Amino acid sequence: MLNSNKSEVPSGPKPKKVFSRSNIIIYGTLIIISIYYLLPLWVMIMTSLKGMPEIRMGNIFSPPLEVTFEPWVKAWSYACTGINCDGLSRGFWNSVKILIPSLILSISVASVNGYALANWKFKGSEVFFTILIFGAFIPYQIMIYPIVILLREIGLMGSTAGLVLVHTIFGMPILTLLFRNHFAAIPDELFKAARVDGAGFWGIYFKVLLPMSIPIFVVAMILQVTGIWNDFLFGVIYTKPATYPMTVQLNNIVNSVQGVKEYNVNMAATLLTGLVPLAIYFVSGKLFVRGIAAGAVKG
Amino acid sequence: MSLKTPSVKVCDLDLHFGDIKVLQKLNLEINHGEFLVLLGSSGCGKSTLLNCIAGLLDISAGQIFIGEKNVTWSEPSERGIGMVFQSYALYPQMTVEGNLSFGLKNAKMPKDEIKSRVKRASEILQIEALLSRKPGALSGGQRQRVAIGRALVRDVDVFLFDEPLSNLDAKLRVDLRVELKLLHQRLKNTMIYVTHDQIEAMTLADRIAIMKDGKIMQLGTPDEIYNRPQNLYVADFIGSPSMNFFKGQLKDTKFTFGALVLPMGSYSFKNKSKLSEAIIGIRPEHIITGELAKKATVTTNVKVKLVEPMGSDTLVYADLLGHQIRIRMEGNAKVKSGDILEIGIDPARASLFDSKTEQRI
Repeated sequence: MLNSNKSEVPSGPKPKKVFSRSNIIIYGTLIIISIYYLLPLWVMIMTSLKGMPEIRMGNIFSPPLEVTFEPWVKAWSYACTGINCDGLSRGFWNSVKILIPSLILSISVASVNGYALANWKFKGSEVFFTILIFGAFIPYQIMIYPIVILLREIGLMGSTAGLVLVHTIFGMPILTLLFRNHFAAIPDELFKAARVDGAGFWGIYFKVLLPMSIPIFVVAMILQVTGIWNDFLFGVIYTKPATYPMTVQLNNIVNSVQGVKEYNVNMAATLLTGLVPLAIYFVSGKLFVRGIAAGAVKG
Repeated sequence: MSLKTPSVKVCDLDLHFGDIKVLQKLNLEINHGEFLVLLGSSGCGKSTLLNCIAGLLDISAGQIFIGEKNVTWSEPSERGIGMVFQSYALYPQMTVEGNLSFGLKNAKMPKDEIKSRVKRASEILQIEALLSRKPGALSGGQRQRVAIGRALVRDVDVFLFDEPLSNLDAKLRVDLRVELKLLHQRLKNTMIYVTHDQIEAMTLADRIAIMKDGKIMQLGTPDEIYNRPQNLYVADFIGSPSMNFFKGQLKDTKFTFGALVLPMGSYSFKNKSKLSEAIIGIRPEHIITGELAKKATVTTNVKVKLVEPMGSDTLVYADLLGHQIRIRMEGNAKVKSGDILEIGIDPARASLFDSKTEQRI
């Protein structure tokens, strides 16, 4: 009775108003901004599901009258780039072949780097670290031509392996910084305890530090997957048409000047290309949070 | 191993970090089965010394022996030591059993042997029920027990403790302190224990080494440290509330401090010198009050300024010839500020220091 009545004496939880002025302002702003950001995506998805005649009618915001997946199929398997007419599928697999080795190589090298710099200080390790970090601030464009020469000299110019090497090198400063700071934040005593227990350089890394550092590896993976997958510049410079990554192929499809501009195919191709980083965010975002919760051991 | 050789021996140990000299020409010998406590305020080098003995820090000069072996260049795992850290330093992703057996697995010990050792250690420390848990699911006291267990399974001669109880709450600290002492009585290993808590030091130690600025100020039994401090620093550091110090003149066997003259005939002098300037140190609990004060060698009156009742005893701040004097009285003492209190001083229990060198006379 006391609860259902409007009791005049304040007691228990404070009643909340759903339609308070601040709520309206907060949610109103959020909804408007969401619409603003989601609208382009909406247009892309809708256009990609329409046939060309429907697109010519205008009405870019309206949903398709007749849903067709033909543009997606065409973008994936038989859109033309130059003389090749096998769609984005080739670029997709090229990108996978670039991404996987780059990912494994860059993260394993950078994590060991960071571990050594944080826990096995040697003479000049701070200087070494500073030089490495300095690399993160140098614009990529400066290094393009020297790397062309470098790759040519070691015979990797135009190959996937060459591009993997380039991605590994350019991922190094920021990833090393990430891992070093992470390992430096782990209590020193844990490292000492492992040394008393007779674990060596690799023993400590694999058995003690790695199992408790899963979240930071997920963070590094997110960074690298999005960075490498979305890379266009290195892909176009250091590979040849047969090994072009997906982004370069997408550009070639969208920017081809011959024939009709197939907006629906272009939109589908763009969405296809963006699907991988998007999936990574959705999947590993959850993993990331779970990883943090699992690794949270006090003291 | 003959018992004549010390269990741990540190010879002329130097440690520099760049220009900062953390340890200088440090010598220390620890006997077999001895419980040695390294005591000092923070930054005095006590943890650094322990890390040097453990081999976790590279030393700048000198030698370290454990048993009969020169371990100066040995890896921590080869030195025959077990170490317990302040923050427990348990491996968070391993179970308690994994934590205990990690060192043994690294040493490539047979599985049966590992099993029996883990079993024995967990029985001693009463952590059998926790073996399959992870450190995150343990309380602070349980974690520290596992950390001690990790040293125990190694079956070593020397245990090193780096402030192991400092992260625990007050009650648990006292409980674990008692357990640790019992453990030492049972195992009879050599133990080196670093702490800044003088109660821990006094209760646990066979001998205490008080350190300051990378040097050992005094090495002795708790009784020696407490009753016959070798210098002003040790005298001031040990005891809570700390010793009362008064500057005065020493002539023959008479110490004069203002209008007060203390005949020091019953004081056992370390070296009789013709010094004039001296400092006398009197512990608050050695000041006699009540009926017995009249019978003391020296009797005087002081004016009480502040009373701190602490239950078990009462701390009185009083004025003695313009200087503050701390007096510890029994818990039910009826004193209030403004009272005139009669006190007695027994010179035999006092300490005299040279006011220049700050060394005991």
